[in-house]
Amino acid sequence: MGTQSFFLTVITFLPLLSCAALLMLRAEDDIWIRRIALAASLAEFLLSLFLLPKFRLGDSSYQLVENRAWIGQAIHYHMGIDGISLFLVLLTTFLTPLAILASWNSIHDRAKGFFISLLVLETGMIGVFVSLDLFLFFAFWEVMLIPMYFIIGIWGHGRRVYAAVKFILYTMFGSILMLVAILWLYNLTGTFDLPVIQQQLAQNIVLSPTTELLLFCAFFLAFAIKVPLFPFHTWLPDAHTEAPTAGSVILAGVMLKLGTYGMLRFCLPLFPDAAHRAAPVIGVLAIIGIVYGALVAVVQTDLKRLVAYTSVSHLGFVVLGIFAFNSTAIQGAIYQMLNHGISTGALFLAVGMLYDRRHTHDIKEFGGLATPMPVLMAFFLFVALSSLALPPLNGFIGEFLILIGTFAANHAWAAWATSGAVLSAIYLLWAYQRVALGEVTVEKNRTLPDASGREKLILAVMSVVIIVMGVASPMFTRRMAASTDNLLEQMNRPAAAERRAPTMPPVQLGTTAPLPQRLLLSIEGQVQP
Amino acid sequence: MPEQLLNLHRVMPEMILCLFGIVIMIADPFVSQAKQRALGWTAFIGALLALVSIHFMAVVGGMGYSNLISADTFSVFVHVVVVGAAAIAILGSMDYLDMEGVQSGEFYALVLFATAGMGILASANELVTAFVGLEMSSISSYILAGYRKHAPKSNEASLKYFILGSFATAFFLYGIAMVYGATGTTRIDLIQTAFQVNPLDPKAGGSILPIFGLGLIFVGLGFKVVAAPFQVYAPDVYEGAPSPVTALLASAPKVATFAIMVRIFYVAFGSATNVWFWVIWVSAVLTMVIGNLGALVQTNVKRMLAYSSIAHAGYILVAFAAGTDIGIAAVLFYLAAYSLMKIGAFLVVSHLGQQDEQRLELKDYAGLGSKQPVLAACFSLFLLSLLGLPATGGFLGKFFAFQAALDSHLVWLVVIAAINSVVGAYYYLRVIISMYFWDPSQDYQPTKVRPALATALTIAAAGTIYLGILPSHVLDWARTAADSLALR
Repeated sequence: MGTQSFFLTVITFLPLLSCAALLMLRAEDDIWIRRIALAASLAEFLLSLFLLPKFRLGDSSYQLVENRAWIGQAIHYHMGIDGISLFLVLLTTFLTPLAILASWNSIHDRAKGFFISLLVLETGMIGVFVSLDLFLFFAFWEVMLIPMYFIIGIWGHGRRVYAAVKFILYTMFGSILMLVAILWLYNLTGTFDLPVIQQQLAQNIVLSPTTELLLFCAFFLAFAIKVPLFPFHTWLPDAHTEAPTAGSVILAGVMLKLGTYGMLRFCLPLFPDAAHRAAPVIGVLAIIGIVYGALVAVVQTDLKRLVAYTSVSHLGFVVLGIFAFNSTAIQGAIYQMLNHGISTGALFLAVGMLYDRRHTHDIKEFGGLATPMPVLMAFFLFVALSSLALPPLNGFIGEFLILIGTFAANHAWAAWATSGAVLSAIYLLWAYQRVALGEVTVEKNRTLPDASGREKLILAVMSVVIIVMGVASPMFTRRMAASTDNLLEQMNRPAAAERRAPTMPPVQLGTTAPLPQRLLLSIEGQVQP
Repeated sequence: MPEQLLNLHRVMPEMILCLFGIVIMIADPFVSQAKQRALGWTAFIGALLALVSIHFMAVVGGMGYSNLISADTFSVFVHVVVVGAAAIAILGSMDYLDMEGVQSGEFYALVLFATAGMGILASANELVTAFVGLEMSSISSYILAGYRKHAPKSNEASLKYFILGSFATAFFLYGIAMVYGATGTTRIDLIQTAFQVNPLDPKAGGSILPIFGLGLIFVGLGFKVVAAPFQVYAPDVYEGAPSPVTALLASAPKVATFAIMVRIFYVAFGSATNVWFWVIWVSAVLTMVIGNLGALVQTNVKRMLAYSSIAHAGYILVAFAAGTDIGIAAVLFYLAAYSLMKIGAFLVVSHLGQQDEQRLELKDYAGLGSKQPVLAACFSLFLLSLLGLPATGGFLGKFFAFQAALDSHLVWLVVIAAINSVVGAYYYLRVIISMYFWDPSQDYQPTKVRPALATALTIAAAGTIYLGILPSHVLDWARTAADSLALR
């Protein structure tokens, strides 16, 4: 194989290794446990930033590849990244130190276990994003559940055990069928190596439509539960509400994206026919998720649950974008995955800061908080605006790209999805109004302290990223473009394309294309409007 | 070397085990009660020596004693698992016997005899020899199951095991008689040849007699591997028997019995795969479902683990149903991983049960995570491995089993098995919930783990992780072992 880069291995396992340092500390060294965990996660983040210069622009193949024989001939230790996974890795390494910082004062009981869980979780999530072998992918995918299970179950709130069990059983049910599908693919192709399988499915092996659909469904179900797509979403509000702040941040920020990432990485390129056949159903489910999630969020009385339901709505957008099957929508979907990680992560952080002060999430307990804590509430408004996609903040770019792309694929979908964007303004602004504006309704809220230095730091970092991602989106999208184009190209493999009726008429370059498609092309930079 | 000497090599592990067993039996009355523990160490050394001697058995190889014994790689693999399991169990039972106040050399001698029987079972190339091995291991096990003589449950376990077990072996013997009647031989390789001359399939005009015999053999062996519908005794026996004995019962005899099952079904009746396939398929599904549903409702951890043994027998049967050499390799790998994690789990239970095995309920495990973090982590590892979490041996066992079954296009069987393993997640995680999520009861402090048990647990845990991360060697070996059987 010649010289191979170790870089991804280092990035993946550094958090796990730093757990060894934590294990050596005694439980009494409370403050050092925190410091070392933070230092380790910051080092990890800085290290992962080197991915950006190492990443070759415009190259759609997997980069920084490591490929070693592992178990038998079929299973390899195969890692690599492309434009789709690059930023998700960065998102993971970015959110983890913030999650640790957010738990600085709120986790005292068994702190060692908590920070070890967070770091193991980080290894698991990065591992999922960089794995290019189905076996390796599945291993990370499953192992990741355990630390999250502990984080919810030990350090969560009231009904934490119920939420933890529900979370893990839902996810395991989905993933075990995925395992069957992975083994089935192995039987068809004789390998677990993703690029090889992809190549074989594109060239040598033509799956029967039924087989392809079954395989697609097995993978899709696992990812749909993780996302969560309506109607598999019921674990999410419980898990989010009961999890500690750091748990919610990581859960919403990264773990939900594992589902949509899986769709992009496996469902679409491996089973394009089935994806096209299932798209009408999935699109409708995504739209139900968008609207239903938003409507349910409107009526929540629990602030954290409200934020949790916004995830159902926002992730519906992402799924819709993925299944619109065009470059704009998919780039928008990836971008929205990042945005959601940042914005919802920030919302959960803000909610967590309120919880640290009042130990409740009940909206009735708040009211008029802008008076005692103007800084915190200003940040809260800011991240709420980013989450409801106010231009020029980050959320807008993602939703806009998705809506444009979806409109080109299916006008009705886009119309329905837009209603979700309107509803998001209602639930978030109304929530802000009830929490922050007006007179102080509960007397003891008058004396609440405003954001501390640590909290200001967290929120300021978040805000900067929100603005940067809002105004400098090409910095991100141009690194994704090659990979998304490549993905669509793979979906149009000859064997697949023959059997399939085109969902979108071929676009003529020039002004004769209908308006939405011209708009689409202009955004892709091919034509001036 | 003369043939006699070669033959001795082929049964060297059994010889050593029996020799040490006899020496311990003789020494037992002469050793004072306080020093009986030394006999335990003697037995452990005996088991280790037997483990080493497997190497010589492997070097010699081939058939011995007029082809009654086969020292092929398959037998070697099973020997290593069985004797290794026995060694860990011996190590893990010393502290337990001290705690219960029943420390005695006799216990270890019985374990060694049982192990020797399982060794014979693993290398038997002849059905009556297999029967001898089966009886040797069974009769020792009956006594071991009742070793807590003053505990009613232990007595119940022993009696139940004995009566039902005797029936099962009788069925086995009756089945041998049928097969002998049909083929005129009890040697497995000759039976295989006989069926090549006279095809087995009743539809093709074959006799029903050997098929009937095979059915009876399955009853006998199915009992030993706790395959449904012969699993009824298992929860009571496993719960009543002293925990280290349960650790042994749930692992080693199952391994050895699966070994002889492979020889009988795959080699002797290899030409009749289509005849026995559905029996195994149905039994696998029943075993998994009964085991998992039974475990779901248990609040007693030991009983839950007993039901989980049933479920795991089902997963092994899934690989068994594949009917190919990949299936055999998967069975062997699964058995190795399963033995390690099951012994580990039961040994943890034996320690936490405290005197008279009083503390076996889920609530007794509350807060163990903060009281004894290392032991709790160890137990969690075994439970997660039983659950089938990646990076543990249990996952790869299931993985290879499913892979083998899918390779034979048993898609539905694999789907049923997969769903079953999610059901399993619920009850394994419940123990983890109790250990980590529940508040500890203040009044109770568990005793410290002593070195012997700690060593046993460390070996089991290290093995579980090793098989989970670097399974290549063991898997290759299991494949060689499967190839060493002359399949048709």
